[in-house]
Amino acid sequence: MTLHPILAALRKHKAGVVLIALQIALTLAIVCNAIFIIQQRIDMVRRPTGLNEDNLFLVTQQWVDAPSGDDPAGLEKLDSMQQADLATLRNLPDVVSVSPIRSLPLLRSGSVGGIGLKPLQQKSTIDSNFFYGDEHMLSTLGVQLVAGRDFTAADIQHKGFRDESQPVLTIITKSIADKLYPHGDAIGKVIYFDSSSTPTTIVGVVARLQSPVDTGEDALAWNSVLFPVRQDANFARYVLRAKAGRLADAMKAVPPALYAANPMRVLDDRSVKSFVDIRASAYRADVGMAILMSVICLILLGVTAAGIVGLTSFWVGQRHRQIGVRRALGARKIDILHYFQIENLLIAGIGAVIGILLAVGLNLWLITRFEMNRMPVIYVVVGVLAVLALGQAAVFVPARRASNVPPVVATRSV
Amino acid sequence: MFGYYLEMALRSLRRNRMLTALMVLAIALGIGASMTTLTVLHVLSGDPLPGRSDALYRAQVDPRDSNGYEPGKEPMEQVSWTDGMNLLRAKRADRQALMTGGSVAIQPEQLALDPFYEDARFTSADFFPMFGVPFQYGHGWSSADDDSSARVAVISSELNNKLFGGGDSTGRTLRMQDIPFRIIGVLGDWRPNPHFYDLDVKNYGENEGVYLPLSTSQDLLFGHDGSNDCWGNGGGDQYHLKNAPCVWLQFWVQLDSPTKAVAYREFLVHYSQEQKNLGRFQRPPNVRLRDLMHWLDYNMVVPDDVRLQTWLALGFLLVCLVNTVGLMLAKFMRRAGELSVRRALGASRRALFGQLLIEAGVVGLTGGIGGLLLAFLGLWLVRQQPTGYAKLAHLDPAMLLVTFLLAVGASLLAGLLPAWRACQIAPALQLKSN
Repeated sequence: MTLHPILAALRKHKAGVVLIALQIALTLAIVCNAIFIIQQRIDMVRRPTGLNEDNLFLVTQQWVDAPSGDDPAGLEKLDSMQQADLATLRNLPDVVSVSPIRSLPLLRSGSVGGIGLKPLQQKSTIDSNFFYGDEHMLSTLGVQLVAGRDFTAADIQHKGFRDESQPVLTIITKSIADKLYPHGDAIGKVIYFDSSSTPTTIVGVVARLQSPVDTGEDALAWNSVLFPVRQDANFARYVLRAKAGRLADAMKAVPPALYAANPMRVLDDRSVKSFVDIRASAYRADVGMAILMSVICLILLGVTAAGIVGLTSFWVGQRHRQIGVRRALGARKIDILHYFQIENLLIAGIGAVIGILLAVGLNLWLITRFEMNRMPVIYVVVGVLAVLALGQAAVFVPARRASNVPPVVATRSV
Repeated sequence: MFGYYLEMALRSLRRNRMLTALMVLAIALGIGASMTTLTVLHVLSGDPLPGRSDALYRAQVDPRDSNGYEPGKEPMEQVSWTDGMNLLRAKRADRQALMTGGSVAIQPEQLALDPFYEDARFTSADFFPMFGVPFQYGHGWSSADDDSSARVAVISSELNNKLFGGGDSTGRTLRMQDIPFRIIGVLGDWRPNPHFYDLDVKNYGENEGVYLPLSTSQDLLFGHDGSNDCWGNGGGDQYHLKNAPCVWLQFWVQLDSPTKAVAYREFLVHYSQEQKNLGRFQRPPNVRLRDLMHWLDYNMVVPDDVRLQTWLALGFLLVCLVNTVGLMLAKFMRRAGELSVRRALGASRRALFGQLLIEAGVVGLTGGIGGLLLAFLGLWLVRQQPTGYAKLAHLDPAMLLVTFLLAVGASLLAGLLPAWRACQIAPALQLKSN
């Protein structure tokens, strides 16, 4: 079949052709970019934090009658209260291990500071997240140690929350080790935190530990250090690992046990949170956005398909008599079917070409307005194939109806 | 004539039920989606204090040392204790308030209630008159209370309901962090959104439950919540920030005329220069005085996702409109024969055009009503989301009007091209072929 008669016929329906091609182009541009955004959100949500997240939960509580912690006696009292809590929690039947902790990845609140390679270095070499805990911190979090050693009970210091002195030992993440010591010899090296003159020795390197404060793509996201320091304040946070499958029971057992040990404290319904919930609330907006975009894409494709069906049906009705003439002159059913399919392929092809330009243009505009990345070509290729397939699927029903027009129509007047 | 055209339109629409439904649905979906997102955008970029926001300004100075100085960079967003107190005591604006956020443990008198945390705002006396805060019972505190670090508190009506069953609780005692405070006021319905005065705590959502003098909170070493930004060798522990080189307080002023704003700006420059001469500041004076709405713009308070959703929805509406134009065009062109007969019988082009536009208008209006219903559904869905701004997503009269105009405008736009094309048909040619 030659294209000539199809093109000649389309020239009679310029406005309709332009509109349907435009609709396909716009759909392609929007769907490509939306799928790209959805994929980026999914990738972001799927990033592992570096923790063994199953069975992990967090307890945040505050004492009501706590001493201020400004004087040594008050500090010791606070520390003994914290130690008592830790002992209570360790004795719970469903709990495997417990550590005090300052913050957790994705918690949206944490402390950040600078690392320097020289004492009193004014401008930090890199920035990092600070995690404070005791010798059970690594095992409770399930962070993977890749070099050096874990903290031992002898390493643990306890300090007031306001104490500005720097810790003696630290464990750093591999991302920091790679940046500061590209030759892989970080263990035993000395670094300086927050422009201080106190040296801190690196004793271990862990594979990965995500920042508490950052959820986007950022250098700070994977720069974390752990300190063998139990912080004493009028509030405390504990991270607990429950026995496999016993998370709910372990979480339920915590408030009564803590109240029984010392009732003068504040624990509310937000105090005990599983890591699953922390993760879910950190990424809620991203997941919601991905779902919304998916729904819009599906409706958009549906509307476009329905538009193609509607317009083609009209054209079939309009050319009823011509189809009959063609059939009477010897055209087979399959020829009529192919005619409409090729016609649709042509229109969708024109739409797709415009759509590719629009999609790239839209992507460039999004980059300037929304700090988006450049869209890989594969999204456009898949998008083009998708709209062409959509067009063929949509045109099939009206085209088959056209092919069923009997040749006798040619002899009747309308 | 209008009635007749309307009847013809309905008759024609009934002839292709599926197609009519498709056109109406497309318009309804497009309008529903764009109205939902536009309403959310409208609510989120709204003025938190209409009528007052013009006179409210956020004052910024740059107290940092010369380390890392680059000309033209923004000064710090918040102020340090020393600068905040200096500016507060200077009283050069019509009103001024210095504030920070916090979280306090409240021990209810009722034994049935366990102690709980409540968000608090530590501020100075002008906070209430400056922001036009309504009171249900009692009043705010005076600057004398600020000076004497009085143990007085103002609570929100929500907290008053929770603790005192909504009665007049002024004069009663509220125990916070184990310290008794006297309640002197209960707020009325006050929920400015965005949470403009301290965007570091949150952008949208409920306001604080407890308000107490900043001086009192500092005397009692209540920890503060929010952003701390330190420089030099400044230690940033949250209890001893008074003398630390850190900014952690928000300073707002009320300036009733633009002339006063210019004068206040000069005062800030003058103050910075004076501090530099004293050796406290090391950078050249770098001040900003943004009014409330510019402050919100500067902080890009509307989430990117919301703006992205709005553009997505508008793109969606565009596709739906193109779809409807295409379908309507096909429909009108198919009726070329009928239209030619009417033209031959003496109907003017104008009359035909009007008739077709009415048909398009019926589709658009129905689609618009459907879109409005979908927008209500969409906003209901938004309100089910656990984000801070979710509860604010309601359709107000202004947006209702916009929806209506958008629906009618969109449908007429969709009908214009097809109707015009259909009117261009030469009647003789069509009649002959039939």
